[in-house]
Parts: sequence; structure tokens; C-alpha cells
Amino acid sequence: MARRTPLYEAHLQAGGKIVEFAGWELPVQYKGIIEEHTAVRTAVGLFDVSHMGEVFVTGPKALEATQQLLTNDLAKCKDGQALYAGLLNDKGGFVDDVLCYRYNEQKFLLVVNAANAAKDVAWIKAHSFGAQIDDRSDEYAQIAVQGPKSRELVQRLTKVDLSPLGYYRFTEGEVAGGQCIIARTGYTGELGFELYTSSGNAMKLWGALLEAGKDLGVMPAALGARDSLRLEMKFALYGNDIDDEHTPLEADLGWIVKLNKGEFIGRQVLVDQKEKGLGRKLVGFTMTDKGIPRHGYPILKDGKQVGVVTSGTQSPTLKKPIGMGYVPLELSAIDSTFDVEIRGRPAAAVVVKTPFVETSNR
Amino acid sequence: MASVPTSLKYTKDHEWVKVEGNIATIGVTAFAAEQLGDVVYVELPKVGAQAKAGATMGVVESTKAVSDVFFPVSGTIKEANEPLADAPETINQDPYEKGWFIKVEMSDASELEKLWDAPKYEEHVKASAH
Repeated sequence: MARRTPLYEAHLQAGGKIVEFAGWELPVQYKGIIEEHTAVRTAVGLFDVSHMGEVFVTGPKALEATQQLLTNDLAKCKDGQALYAGLLNDKGGFVDDVLCYRYNEQKFLLVVNAANAAKDVAWIKAHSFGAQIDDRSDEYAQIAVQGPKSRELVQRLTKVDLSPLGYYRFTEGEVAGGQCIIARTGYTGELGFELYTSSGNAMKLWGALLEAGKDLGVMPAALGARDSLRLEMKFALYGNDIDDEHTPLEADLGWIVKLNKGEFIGRQVLVDQKEKGLGRKLVGFTMTDKGIPRHGYPILKDGKQVGVVTSGTQSPTLKKPIGMGYVPLELSAIDSTFDVEIRGRPAAAVVVKTPFVETSNR
Repeated sequence: MASVPTSLKYTKDHEWVKVEGNIATIGVTAFAAEQLGDVVYVELPKVGAQAKAGATMGVVESTKAVSDVFFPVSGTIKEANEPLADAPETINQDPYEKGWFIKVEMSDASELEKLWDAPKYEEHVKASAH
């Protein structure tokens, strides 16, 4: 039986088309994916991401535990800062990709993918390095407020001054009268905030954001737009672009791997991979022939399969097809060409610079 | 939901057929378009090719999904709505008029008897929309 977030009724009221996603009943769209996508790129959109998991790592061993569990360097992370990181298995593949919020060296919040939450908690508890691990996913709702007008909107509802809050920084305070973690994070590439609040406060906060943002053009946005927005940024989606078989180096996420920080799970595999050279790499590409690339389509060179498409869609911003996929290293440079097999026919594609679009956060 | 035109015939896969003499104009229904979401890509068969009832006629894609469209009748493809390729959103906006896909010269008019009338299709839609 799929679970429902505290905002389920709000989705029905807004005409959300409900689908099952990662064991949750969530809207895939309200009025339309393109309209919601455009609202986020040009104004501001609200996403219910309450299905995401919240796992706290605390105690005197908390820093040591997060350093061992994650690829990024939590010692260099400042209090009040967040880092994107890989949670790797022994083979260097992704157990999950996570956001790690550092309160102080004895308190970290890991935000994990809904589909992986149970697996992640089991993995983290089995590798806790003496830290206290608390899965508090059920206590939290999360609303992502994303778009160039997101700061103006959230600021209308809080006394916390948001102007000094930098990208990947967070603070705590009241928004619309309810206590929140206010984080300048997101999955769209736009200026944006993720508000973590108690499940019981979610409906009130959602309603307040919609009301306060009317003149800014705020609208609820659903899973479909979330997917097309992140794809335009070449942000990886677990289960599509990354999984337990692919390492962060192969996924072109070398920037979240800090090999010099000391030991962490999966490190040796990455060191070896770096030494030997990568066999494959995740690239972003567009089509020079007609057709839209989709997850699972073969990537061909000279008629032979050499890789696979991991994500693809028609970009609502560019109005042309975009995709991501694993290709052999020799085909990973910008301007490299290959074919994507679309319904049995090869269609020409070319590797391009990513992110695919420019956004308000840059 | 938009009403289902009574002058057309329908398939369970949500294609509609308009019959004029031995020419069948074919498209997808408003319900199909709505289910798919914003249509962003259409692939039509070539004029002159053979249509075979039940075979894949083309493809409609939204941002999120790919959906096959099937020939409701057999025959020869006489015309394709080429402007759809550049304006696939027409399928959402006007599925029964400007959003038509192809015109087929039918080779077996008896195939029309297997198609549904509007009330029967409407019931099917209600059942599909739980």
C-alpha cells in the first residue's frame, strides 16, 4: 500500500494527477508539466518532497561517521552548510546520493531518496562508527520553493533575513508561524529553498506559500516538472543515472569525491579507478536527428552498442531533446558523436556542454 | 472532460476514426491526449505506405512518456498531417479537428464494424479513469 504525504489532500484539491512513485502516492502533474516547469524557471513553484528521508547522525562520533560514510569532506564543511555527497558501497557504487547538512561536528542531517530510505538507514546503522543514527523521516514534511522569485516569496513569510543565506547554506526559523529548517538547496538549478517542517505543519505552510505568492505567479509543481528541471541541469537521478553499479567518477561527479580527506567506504575502488582510467562516463547530449532519447535506449557507435541512455526528455526550456547516458571514455568529450537507437532506428546525437540551460542561481 | 463526438468511431486504444466514403481520417482522442500530458513529439507513417489494422501507426510522446498509436483499419495511407510534427501541442488543443494524424483509403470496410460508437467508448473511458 503506497503511503501519502501530509500534503495529499492539497494535491487532490489542486487537481493533481496521482501516481505511485517510490512507494508514495504523489502527483506527476497538476495542470501540465510544461506550464509547471516554466513557472519554476521564470517565477516560482512549490514541490511536495515530503517523501524524502531525514536521517540524523549525532554524538561525539558524528563527524567521524559522516566522513566514513560519505565521499565529500564534512570536516571542511562549515556549520550551517550543506554538501552533496555519495553514500557508497564497498565496490564504490552508490547506495544513494544524499544531501548532508552540518549543524556542528556532533550533528548532521542526511536527506536521502525515498526509494532508498530503508536501505540507506540499514546501511548507515551497519556502518555507524559509534554515532547515534535516528531515522526521523516520518516527523518531517519538506516543501521545495524553487524559482527566481522564491526568495521574495519565502521572505514575505519569515523574519529571518534570507539575503545573506548563500547557496547550500541553511538556518532555522519560523516561516508562516511554523518552525522550519530553511535551506538554500534544491534540485532545479534555480534560486530556491527547501523548507523542512513538522508533518503537522505542512498543510498550513503550503497554503501560506500559495496565498502569499499569488502576485508572483506561484504554482504547485509535481514530479514530472521536477524530473525535466533536474534533467536540464544534468542533475543525476538515483535509479536512472546512478545506482549501486556506477561510481561517482563514472557519473562525472568527481567534484563530490575528496580522495585526500582520509578513509571512507569505497575509497580504494575510486583510487584504483582513477589510476587505471575510467572505462565509461556519464555525458549530456542533444539529438541532431529527430527523436527523443529515453531511459534504457541503446547508445551505438558504428552500429554496435557501446552505452545506454539513462535519462532523456524534450527540454521544455530549449524545446529540443536532451539526454544523459553512459558512453566509453573516448566518446565523452564535447562534440563527440554517436547514435541513439530509437524504436529500432539509429538517430544521431552529439555530446554538449552541461548544464543544458542557464538559470537564475548562476 | 471534453465530450466524445458522436459522429466518430473509436478503438479501445483511444484512436478515433472519421469515415467519409472509403476514406478514414484517424487521430487520438481527447482522453488519450489528456492522459499523456503535454504532447511534445509525434511520429507519423509515410504517405503511400500500407496500413494494417492493429499494427503500430505512429508514436506520440509527452515530456514524460512514449505511447504507440495503432491503425484502426487497413488500407493505403493517402495523406499525413505533416504540420503536427512542428506543432505537436495541437493534439492537446484540438484532438478531433486540427490534431488528425492520417487519412487512409480503406481496403476492408468490414473492419469498421469492430470499432466502437461514442457511448461505448465513453464507458470505456470512464472505466479507464477509475
